[in-house]
Amino acid sequence: MLVLLFILFGAMAIGCALAVVAQRNPLYSAISLIGVFISLACLYVMLAAPFIAAVQVIVYAGAIMVLVVFVIMLLNIEEEERRRARLRFLVPAAVVLAAVLIAEVAFILVSVQQSRVVPTSSASDTGLTQSIGSALFTQYLLPFEITSILLLMAIVGAMTLARRGGLLGTREQAKRD
Amino acid sequence: MEPQLSWYLALSAVLFTIGVTGVIIKRNIIAMFMCIELMLNAVNLTFVAFASFFQDVTGQLFVFIVMTVAAAEAAVGLGIIIAIFRNRETLDVDEASILKL
Amino acid sequence: MDQQTAIDILLKLVAITVAFVVVLFVVAYTVLAERRILGFIQGRLGPNRVGPGGVLQPFADLLKFILKEDIVPDKSTRFVYFLAPVIATMAALMTMIVYPFGPDIRIPFTNYVIPLVVTHFDVGLLYVLGVTSVGVYGIMLAGWSSNNKYSLMGGLRSSAQMISYELALGMSLIGVVLLAGTLDLAQIVEQQSGWHGLRWFIFFHPLGFIIYMIAAIAETNRVPFDLPEAETELVAGFHTEYSAMKFALFFLAEYINMFTVSMLATTLFLGGWNVPFAEDIFGRNTFLFGLVGAIGFLLKVIFFLFLYIWLRGTLPRFRFDQLMSFGWKILLPFALLSIFITATLIFLFPNTF
Repeated sequence: MLVLLFILFGAMAIGCALAVVAQRNPLYSAISLIGVFISLACLYVMLAAPFIAAVQVIVYAGAIMVLVVFVIMLLNIEEEERRRARLRFLVPAAVVLAAVLIAEVAFILVSVQQSRVVPTSSASDTGLTQSIGSALFTQYLLPFEITSILLLMAIVGAMTLARRGGLLGTREQAKRD
Repeated sequence: MEPQLSWYLALSAVLFTIGVTGVIIKRNIIAMFMCIELMLNAVNLTFVAFASFFQDVTGQLFVFIVMTVAAAEAAVGLGIIIAIFRNRETLDVDEASILKL
Repeated sequence: MDQQTAIDILLKLVAITVAFVVVLFVVAYTVLAERRILGFIQGRLGPNRVGPGGVLQPFADLLKFILKEDIVPDKSTRFVYFLAPVIATMAALMTMIVYPFGPDIRIPFTNYVIPLVVTHFDVGLLYVLGVTSVGVYGIMLAGWSSNNKYSLMGGLRSSAQMISYELALGMSLIGVVLLAGTLDLAQIVEQQSGWHGLRWFIFFHPLGFIIYMIAAIAETNRVPFDLPEAETELVAGFHTEYSAMKFALFFLAEYINMFTVSMLATTLFLGGWNVPFAEDIFGRNTFLFGLVGAIGFLLKVIFFLFLYIWLRGTLPRFRFDQLMSFGWKILLPFALLSIFITATLIFLFPNTF
């Protein structure tokens, strides 16, 4: 039963990921990426991490991708044209190298599987909100505080970059001109 | 039979590779950005899989922090993209090959 | 797959179907109630021709929507145009499965206990917030794919409003989670029983309740926050180019959203299925206790729906910049303040809370 669900969500994730890369219209790529995020959230639920799954949907699919789709709509981005002739070798080369990478990773995974580490995925309290919360505020308090400072930096940076009138703001820019 | 740890790792590797392929192939800056997000999510899947199979909450905490960093990076990155678009009128990466506008 | 799993899945499917049918019926009659009540507020009668007092009006509306001509604009992006109402309706309906409609009911003359909630999630509240966040896409994609300037502006304004007020909504709910100590909606309702109705979280977190109501009205694009879709502004906003069944889906999604936030308000602040003296009169785990609880829940939800309709008939609407500045500059700081106050009170008086 779990195997069926894994195959279903895995196939959905890989299918949507291929659609992200293959689509020429960036809006369709964005919609496919939302599909990837939601199928990954379902996989997280299967891995007994319901809190992370809900946060994934709220943060990634519900906030980051909304921002990306806003930018695509506001900047009115058109489809990508066909690649110019002299770079035609690039796409097949990328696909071949990707296949090589997958082969190498598969080799590593097979050798990992043969060195028996005991996987126990029975129900426990690892993924519950309570254990994440207590770990976040006791053992990993420093990364938590640094992350909040990082978010503050990101807010200030984004506001500065997107201001009308460049980095100086309209009044100082008018003074300079 | 349950899904083994190596299955999740294999899925994560495939997603990561698709992301890398996308970053190389795509010419639109926003599409490249989306493929970078795909790579980050593949890594998140690895973390959560390990956290589940070894009963350690550290993996899920790392995913939390990776998501926060990705959100911050999305905000700043899209700000930069808007600024580039304002100056160059195009989002094609091949056109942005010299520093002069 | 063994037999027990198959039976469980079948029971869950039946429960989901029943929940959906109940929701659709309530929403259909909410539309009728809105038109009648607005009529009374505005000094006229609403629709009262179809059936006695207008009770069969929803069916007449459904027939009209099915039989109308379906117009698709020429240069719209087809796939996204068809996808948008589907996303909006799906996201609205998916939240129905976590609400506890009542306590565990024991079917009379048997010993079989059925819980009146479709499923128990550990993170039920976060699931509702997440699905509501995905519902924004329906509106954005609808505005974009109509190939119409006014639709695009309406869609962008509406989605900007929704994501701004989602923040204040989430933050006002943090106070409730602090009080209850869990994210599971059924547990939150359990925590509010006792003290004959004085343990409802509205008395412990009143500022949060007010902020939640305001943010919920903005989330569902209702008056006074319905600038992006009002008929006199922007030519009806993001659903200008939608006709017949697709428009019916958007309409349905908006009313189901209204129903959802009313149910969330009832569950989190008004004690869900807790009726003040029912436990003494009937005793727990009896059929009558369950029935009274479910009816009480429904009455509280209907009260909130009536409040929405009442506000629609009474208030003028905000301008868009006033709306955005209200959401970010006033509502969000007050939501943070409410979390601070509740957390301090819980820390100082751990026994009462």
